[in-house]
Amino acid sequence: MLSIFLYVTVVSLLILSITSVIYKRNLIKLVIALNIAESSVNLFFITLAYRPDSTAPIFTLAPALQELRMVLPSPQALILTNIVIGFATTALMLVLAVITYKNNGTLDIRKLKGVEDHD
Amino acid sequence: MTNHIPVLIITLPLIAAFLQPVTGFAGFKLRNLVIITILLVLNGLLFMLVPDVALQGKTIYYTMGASDPSQFTQPGISFPVRIVLKIDSFSLFTGIIVGVVTLTTFLFSTGTVKEDKRKSYFSTLFLLFTAGLMGMSFTNDLFNFFVFLEISSISGAALVAYRTYRKHAPYAGYKYILISTIATTFFLFGVGICYAQYGSFNIQYINSVLAHSYLDKVAMLFIIVAMAMKAGSVPMHMWVPDTYAEAPASISAMLKASGMVTLCAMFRFTFSLFGPSSSGAGKINYETLGWIVIVLGVLSMFIGVTMALIQHDVRRLMAFHAVSQTGYMLLGVGVGIAVFAKGDGGAAFKAFGKMAMVGGIFHIMNNAFYKNLLFLTSGVMERRFGTRNLNGMIGLGHRDTLTTVVFMIGALAIAGIPPFNGFDSKLLIYESVYKFSPVLAIIAMFVSVMTLASFMKVFYSSFMGPRRDDLIVEGAPLTKGTKAGLIILAALIILTGLFPGIIVDGIIEPAVTALTQIR
Repeated sequence: MLSIFLYVTVVSLLILSITSVIYKRNLIKLVIALNIAESSVNLFFITLAYRPDSTAPIFTLAPALQELRMVLPSPQALILTNIVIGFATTALMLVLAVITYKNNGTLDIRKLKGVEDHD
Repeated sequence: MTNHIPVLIITLPLIAAFLQPVTGFAGFKLRNLVIITILLVLNGLLFMLVPDVALQGKTIYYTMGASDPSQFTQPGISFPVRIVLKIDSFSLFTGIIVGVVTLTTFLFSTGTVKEDKRKSYFSTLFLLFTAGLMGMSFTNDLFNFFVFLEISSISGAALVAYRTYRKHAPYAGYKYILISTIATTFFLFGVGICYAQYGSFNIQYINSVLAHSYLDKVAMLFIIVAMAMKAGSVPMHMWVPDTYAEAPASISAMLKASGMVTLCAMFRFTFSLFGPSSSGAGKINYETLGWIVIVLGVLSMFIGVTMALIQHDVRRLMAFHAVSQTGYMLLGVGVGIAVFAKGDGGAAFKAFGKMAMVGGIFHIMNNAFYKNLLFLTSGVMERRFGTRNLNGMIGLGHRDTLTTVVFMIGALAIAGIPPFNGFDSKLLIYESVYKFSPVLAIIAMFVSVMTLASFMKVFYSSFMGPRRDDLIVEGAPLTKGTKAGLIILAALIILTGLFPGIIVDGIIEPAVTALTQIR
């Protein structure tokens, strides 16, 4: 039951972020929307790795257990990687948004209107 | 030493990238020399693999951190556990494209990209981009592929926005990373669905146990849409003109190479990941998938070229042609996919499907060369006149003979005129697609004519006409490195065009065989 609830959360977060990517105009809000998408994927992986009534995947805990129930370690490691990548992406996007604001004086994508022909 | 070549190809540019702050102190010339040497070594390593992999059809595995890295599975374990690199003829083909494009582009950029004396942002990012593309070509692990995809998109976006003082460059970079992040998030979601079912990230292992369930089709949708988005196929092509136009010329060429690599990855996922599995359980409907790819291809071809015809900005024009040329590859390979698993026991695939795929894959290589050359010449034009607008350019042919000649070679090659390489791959596509559906072949030829028309426009308005030295803002002659980059690419175009048999038999045909063989 819990896992179904989590999967529903994952999908609704993904839909939320994609809708906001399509409808939001502010460059900073787009960054936030992409962060939500990243979090939904992270949550998805963590949900995949979860096993009920199990311990953290630590090697020294293994002999003490009656039956070997641990959450899967590899998705957690991968999600750690993804969080770091997401951090880099967010930082770069915010930097580019700030420079765009400096050069154009607006963050609204409708006013930016893409890249014009070079004069 | 020799069995460590696969990992060396990826780590060499990575090490070189992080050495840049140190070598930057040694001065501009020495730093460039070091990078060119490393890129030459990279190309040498790639061509060292050609006899084994392409000609004899071997597959090289490299398991990271294992005691015997050349084994696919470790002793005592029946499934692969670590990150495995796999070099078969197809990934070697992708790697060779990246290697050649990187070398020529860097040679060109030595003379055109200006950096302050001890800063080396450009070369660091450039080498990281190379490492990402090489990794994407060779990895056999889905999560590892994701990491390399992110490396290439982050460094690519920073390079697109490299000239931050220009009004629109940062916004173009923002657009590129926005699209890349959406694509990679979709891709990771698809990977997660695969992992949930099979508990592994290894492409070959997943394929061997694939059940072709409904969830697998959802995963395939996520992965293939993400790849098509990064490659710039039509419904997701809106970022291509903006990004390619604002990036420095050499980076436009690199972005094109990145698009080619993602396209190759898309074909690899179609066949190696979601292809018919060895367990024999079900299979995807190749005819439907093939028709989807064909429709995407035809739309890309047609919309790309019609948008290109009306452009006044030389770089936007070329970017729309990049979309249009992507359509040819999708068309060729799409026809191959559509007849791949037809009920006639592979007769149609043998008769013309394989030829269509050879044409499509060969076109990827040819396109990487001539599109690269055209982007680089557009960089020279932009430098000379200080503008990208075709209305502000005239009479460059009087000053830059070399640029004029190589631009003509590139323009004739993209239009598919005989002695150049575009003709060979386009002829293969026309002939085989005509047997599949004559209408598609006619559309392809029509698009080719329109391509020629729009490049004649560029040639006429910027290279012909009276000599106008008052319009030139930067008259310094091209440096040796810049010339070398242009000449190498032009020579490759002519050589591939004159002797297509050697390339097709030596590299392309084994690549298609490796791609389509059913394990």
